[in-house]
Amino acid sequence: MSTNTDYTLSIEDLTVSFDGFKAVDSLNLYLDKNELHVVIGPNGAGKTTVLDLICGKTKASSGSIKFLNQELTNLSEHAIVRAGVGRKFQTPSIYENLSVFENLEVSYPQGRGVFGSLFFKRSDTVKDKILEIAREIMLDDMLDTEAALLSHGQKQWLEIGMLLIQDPQLLMLDEPVAGMSVKEREQTAELLNKISQGRSVLVIEHDMEFVARIAHKVTVLHQGKILAVGDMETVQKDPKVIEVYLGH
Amino acid sequence: MSFVYEKLMGGKQGLIGLLILAALILIVFPMMLDAFRLNLVGKYLTYAFAAVSLVLLWGYGGTLSLGQGVFFGLGGYAMAMFLKLEASSPENTSIQSTPGIPDFMDWNQLTELPWFWEPFSSFTFTIIAILTLPALFAYIIGTAMFKRRVGGVYFAIITQVIAVILTILIVGQQGFTGGINGITDLRTLNGWDITSDSAKYIFYYINAALLLGVIVLSRFILTSKFGRLLLAIRDKEDRVRFSGYDVANFKIFIFCFAAMISAIGGAMFTLQVGFMSPSFVGIVPSIEMVIFAAIGGRMSLIGAVYGTLLINFGKTAFSETFPELWLFLMGALFIGVVMFFPNGLAGLWADYGHHLTSKFQFITRFFKKDTATMPSGATKISDASSS
Repeated sequence: MSTNTDYTLSIEDLTVSFDGFKAVDSLNLYLDKNELHVVIGPNGAGKTTVLDLICGKTKASSGSIKFLNQELTNLSEHAIVRAGVGRKFQTPSIYENLSVFENLEVSYPQGRGVFGSLFFKRSDTVKDKILEIAREIMLDDMLDTEAALLSHGQKQWLEIGMLLIQDPQLLMLDEPVAGMSVKEREQTAELLNKISQGRSVLVIEHDMEFVARIAHKVTVLHQGKILAVGDMETVQKDPKVIEVYLGH
Repeated sequence: MSFVYEKLMGGKQGLIGLLILAALILIVFPMMLDAFRLNLVGKYLTYAFAAVSLVLLWGYGGTLSLGQGVFFGLGGYAMAMFLKLEASSPENTSIQSTPGIPDFMDWNQLTELPWFWEPFSSFTFTIIAILTLPALFAYIIGTAMFKRRVGGVYFAIITQVIAVILTILIVGQQGFTGGINGITDLRTLNGWDITSDSAKYIFYYINAALLLGVIVLSRFILTSKFGRLLLAIRDKEDRVRFSGYDVANFKIFIFCFAAMISAIGGAMFTLQVGFMSPSFVGIVPSIEMVIFAAIGGRMSLIGAVYGTLLINFGKTAFSETFPELWLFLMGALFIGVVMFFPNGLAGLWADYGHHLTSKFQFITRFFKKDTATMPSGATKISDASSS
């Protein structure tokens, strides 16, 4: 269908309908390397559905999702992850019964098969990598803490760390600062700017102030369709966007 | 050495727990009990295999199987088929209209041995069958369900239904299976009288050693990354899936492994009790196995063994005096566990055990030397599985 591109992610003509309702309607979206792209839009615009489609949780009705020129729409969830796509869920999805160290270890991209995991060794390389990531997500002094005891913001960071340890080429974050304190938001913005080096990051967010701080490019989604694309300033001045956000 | 210590024994806590259990079943019971009572304990310990399998599958894996009796039964029947064929030599069965086939087949007008009985005349085949056939069956069920993401209550119901179906099949196909009476009148194993007291002692020790071996092997699984993944899957299945794992494969593996160890228990049951019948396959035994694990502690391999022993001692003691009260008592106990101490005996021990151990400090001090070598992450799991 589409030819090879230089984009990390190229979504073309993507449509998904649930019983005739088109949650995402012939969507086109392109992500460059090193780009931090934010998708905004009112409730029910189809933002989370787009992430579900990319990571394989929902199957597309038609259209194509190409990641580094590899078609994702017909891959299973774990194969998409192994291809280099990481996704953070809206509510922090971590393993509450395991320690921070174990959470990161379980996410380490080795020993992913049944027998691989049985004979997986906690080598120094693994430990170093876990420590490195833990430092990045500001949890390096809490490695032995049970994840259930972390604060909400720390849980969000831990999940980001669990993705980072897999070194994905595309990182997708669904509302990463929801429920965070002002200080935590600042730290998260710094973290996102740092980790978008060398990979593409796709973020869904409601908090406009936060979006303005991190976004390289913004896409506004409305009723499954793209309303506007561009940098934050252009988008905010777009009359259609103002209409959707303020008009009703 | 440290590999063996940390991975197989579960560190200091785990080693002590295992040694105490080993001392109890290998030394204390044989010294204190007569041959009859010891044989009874041996029978209970075969159920402990199924209880341990449920700790892995249900406690850690979060998948409740109400059909472990199926695998226990398959293992038991495989062993019973071998023993029955040996007991049915043409000389022993010369009064039958077709000599050389098991007596119940003759009563059901069968004139030749069914094809699927043939290979069970080989002891080697029988052992391989015990270790592989139930696991293979579990693989088929597991693949059919876990690949389609059937889990939770639905999985429990389906496994229960399979237990019913297998019971009905065994009872209905009397000519092939011995029907409701099961396969009885088993006498010798390769010419060795299995009903003698000395054989019972030997089987008891083999059984106890196998049980300890299974616990050590299970420890290895639980302390590996696989074990942490099991907990992670139980906690947040989607997160594991979107971390690049094919979750179904992990569930299938642990289901197969649980089936295999239940089958070993079943085979040892047949050897020690001398018969196998559908009453060890269906719903009631399957649920009893869940109760053993729940009362012992579904997160504790060793706790499951104590749970099994305690309930069965209770069952024997009570049903000798108040047979009709026992079922109510067991039901009440189960409800009590679920409501008040969800981690069973092992949980109680973890919460209150230190009051007891503080009185025996000289023992713990003796073991203290190696504590500093415990890796940070492994502490919690080994504690849980050992206490």
